[in-house]
Amino acid sequence: MCYSVTTAMHFKDYQTDGFYDELFEQPGRVRPGASLLIERIEQLPQGDLQRRQRATEASMMNMGITFAVYGDEQGAEKIIPFDIIPRIIEAPDWQRIEAGLRQRITALNLFLHDVYNDQKILADKIIPPDVVLSAESYRKQCVGLKPPHDIWCHITGTDLIRDRDGQFYVLEDNLRCPSGVSYMLENRQLLKRTFPKVFEQSRVRPIDDYPSRLLETLEHLAPPNVADPTTVVLTPGMYNSAYFEHAFLAQQMGVELVEGSDLVVSDGFVMMRTTRGLSRVDVIYRRIDDEFMDPNAFRGDSMLGVPGLMEVYRAGRVALANAPGTGIADDKVVYAYVPDMIKYYLGEDPLLANVPTYLCWRDEDRVYVLDHLASLVVKSANESGGYGMLIGPAATQAERAEFAQKIRDTPRNFIAQPVVSLSRAPVIVGEHFEGRHVDLRPYVLYGDDIRVVPGGLTRVALRKGSLVVNSSQGGGSKDTWVIDDSPVPAGQLLAQSQQQL
Amino acid sequence: MLSRVANAIYWKSRYIERAENIARFLDVVRHLVLDLPEEAGNQWESLIQAVGETAPFHERYGEASRANVLRFLTFDQSNPGSIRSCLWAARESARSVRDTISSEMWEQINRSFLMVKSAEADGRVDEDPAAFFSHFKKACHLYVGITDTTMTHGEGWHFGRMARLTERADMTSRMIDVKYYMLLPRVDYVGSPYDSLQWAALLKSISALEMYRKRHQQIIPSHVAEFLILEREFPRAIRYCLIKAEQSLYAITGSPPDTFSNPAEQRIGRLRAEMDYARVEEIFDAGLHEYIDGLQLKLNDFGNAVYETFFAPHMHG
Repeated sequence: MCYSVTTAMHFKDYQTDGFYDELFEQPGRVRPGASLLIERIEQLPQGDLQRRQRATEASMMNMGITFAVYGDEQGAEKIIPFDIIPRIIEAPDWQRIEAGLRQRITALNLFLHDVYNDQKILADKIIPPDVVLSAESYRKQCVGLKPPHDIWCHITGTDLIRDRDGQFYVLEDNLRCPSGVSYMLENRQLLKRTFPKVFEQSRVRPIDDYPSRLLETLEHLAPPNVADPTTVVLTPGMYNSAYFEHAFLAQQMGVELVEGSDLVVSDGFVMMRTTRGLSRVDVIYRRIDDEFMDPNAFRGDSMLGVPGLMEVYRAGRVALANAPGTGIADDKVVYAYVPDMIKYYLGEDPLLANVPTYLCWRDEDRVYVLDHLASLVVKSANESGGYGMLIGPAATQAERAEFAQKIRDTPRNFIAQPVVSLSRAPVIVGEHFEGRHVDLRPYVLYGDDIRVVPGGLTRVALRKGSLVVNSSQGGGSKDTWVIDDSPVPAGQLLAQSQQQL
Repeated sequence: MLSRVANAIYWKSRYIERAENIARFLDVVRHLVLDLPEEAGNQWESLIQAVGETAPFHERYGEASRANVLRFLTFDQSNPGSIRSCLWAARESARSVRDTISSEMWEQINRSFLMVKSAEADGRVDEDPAAFFSHFKKACHLYVGITDTTMTHGEGWHFGRMARLTERADMTSRMIDVKYYMLLPRVDYVGSPYDSLQWAALLKSISALEMYRKRHQQIIPSHVAEFLILEREFPRAIRYCLIKAEQSLYAITGSPPDTFSNPAEQRIGRLRAEMDYARVEEIFDAGLHEYIDGLQLKLNDFGNAVYETFFAPHMHG
């Protein structure tokens, strides 16, 4: 038998190709926060990193962190691709993100309360009334609503991207039912197992208390006279693509996971059907859209909701998170006005910038967009998840012509943005590393205070050159490490130095 | 506990127990085929009769060969009683109550299902069925152990245990019935070494042979039946199953013992009391096969009563 001298996978030939790279300042120069990780990876024996990647995938399969392949009832299931090289965010960057998100969520919440009550921002002509009132996601049923503590968006997952210069931009606000937080938590569990030593020494800020913080945020909404509130998570059911997350969060919080058919309105309260009869529910973390929540108030054909729910909600006898109607803030035309909202409500300059946005209902913008379709990304105002979108540079002449016609027909429904060259991070491709584009979705809880979870879900476009990070289109995810740079308590320092000895 | 959740836990437990017992069924025949002379006839055919699937099986497969019966009862997705179908149903039920059961339980069900799926893909069951079935039974035992050690022994756990033991009582009765359908070459083989070979194979498949021997030593049909039906301490005996299922039911409802407040309590209470005072001679006099038929009907009735008492939508007015 013969033994060959084996070498580890290394980053010697890793290229950044002119993009902003999350781990490298330039080829061969690691960012300070990532140096420990890169050093460790390069020390691993050959094949070890792939072995860790495979072990991680196997454990995801066993835990059932999978999605069903459509149309195959008993058959194939796939794991959401997961790359074990974490994305690292250094403390100063994170401080900017955190402050920016607090500011943005505060303003958006004020906006929601305003447009469903006094409509001052419309009267003051900061946002044209038509833009808000004509939006598909504006819910007339919510006019006059005063949710507990005037909070509308209890849980937010804002999509951030980073351009070539390293600056963060907000791409989408996601104030309805943002998903993915369970992957953030599971990714962290997996990485702690994959790189235990590096993790321990890197001073990564913890995210594991998210379920407890979420439960606090929800219980904060309970009707005031309820001493020991009953909170539930409302899911459309096990065939929903985010069902894993609904079950996961209910389990982690230790609350019931209910479907619409488990709930019934009785004597003015929302009750759940139990083996001992009906039992009262005080707070509902609903993971179904407004439209399907209550067939009496919204879509009459919905089988997922609870008839009469909205009436109980209006009477203050049950709380909903997020409040219905928050979708108006996700409208992409309304998005363009968020910087103006921040100035209007808070008198501050936005700390996090929007991606420059052209509004097709404005004549001058529309002319520009139609002239520059080949270099712009066009999006429908009301869709998300990468649907209803034209990526100009990648589109055919015919596709562009089709979109041009749509824009002329219903200009209100479209916005356009320049193509942002998303930052990249290294992923494992076979026997080496390659850069792939990433975004970042941090989660924000709005209860008695606004809390930004230090980290978030890093989504990665695994196809070479692709800018689309959605899991339905070849996207995967990474763990996200936010480095703590606060002074280390003395006792801990001692322990660390002993460890190194 | 939500009625829907209780219902899902109930069926999850029944399906897993059922899958485990199908593996035991297949094992008993496998043992026999090795021990009996060829003139004893096709034992695989007897198995199909015992599980009551004669028509659907012959429609699809024709001959009751070893390979066909193995495939039909292990992997066939169109047979709702195959191991794979049961496990799939258990997994879907578990998926719908993932927040209620422990992560470890979910992971074990998921692993077991993936194991069956990969066994189907690599053909190892045809090669070495004994290894597969023993592996699979262990996976089921592990699941029960994980359940007992990671889930609070509250309402949900009791629904699970009640379901598992109701299913086990039913499956043990069917196992005993396999003997009825088993062929002997000639009538005068009754009472011969082959007869006791069959009873021994049966005991073995129920994991009862050693415990039986400690009680009765010699293999005598009436003793075997007594052990598997009326024994109160052996965990796969029908009476044991009913005693524990009844205890779980009363833990769920909180009704005082020796009273009943719903049809489920009434039915299981009566059935358990009948068994407390039954003698095996009476069972043999009435005919073992007939007795088991009657027992299965009563277990069925109990299952319906559980549905009406806890899960049916109309109970909430």
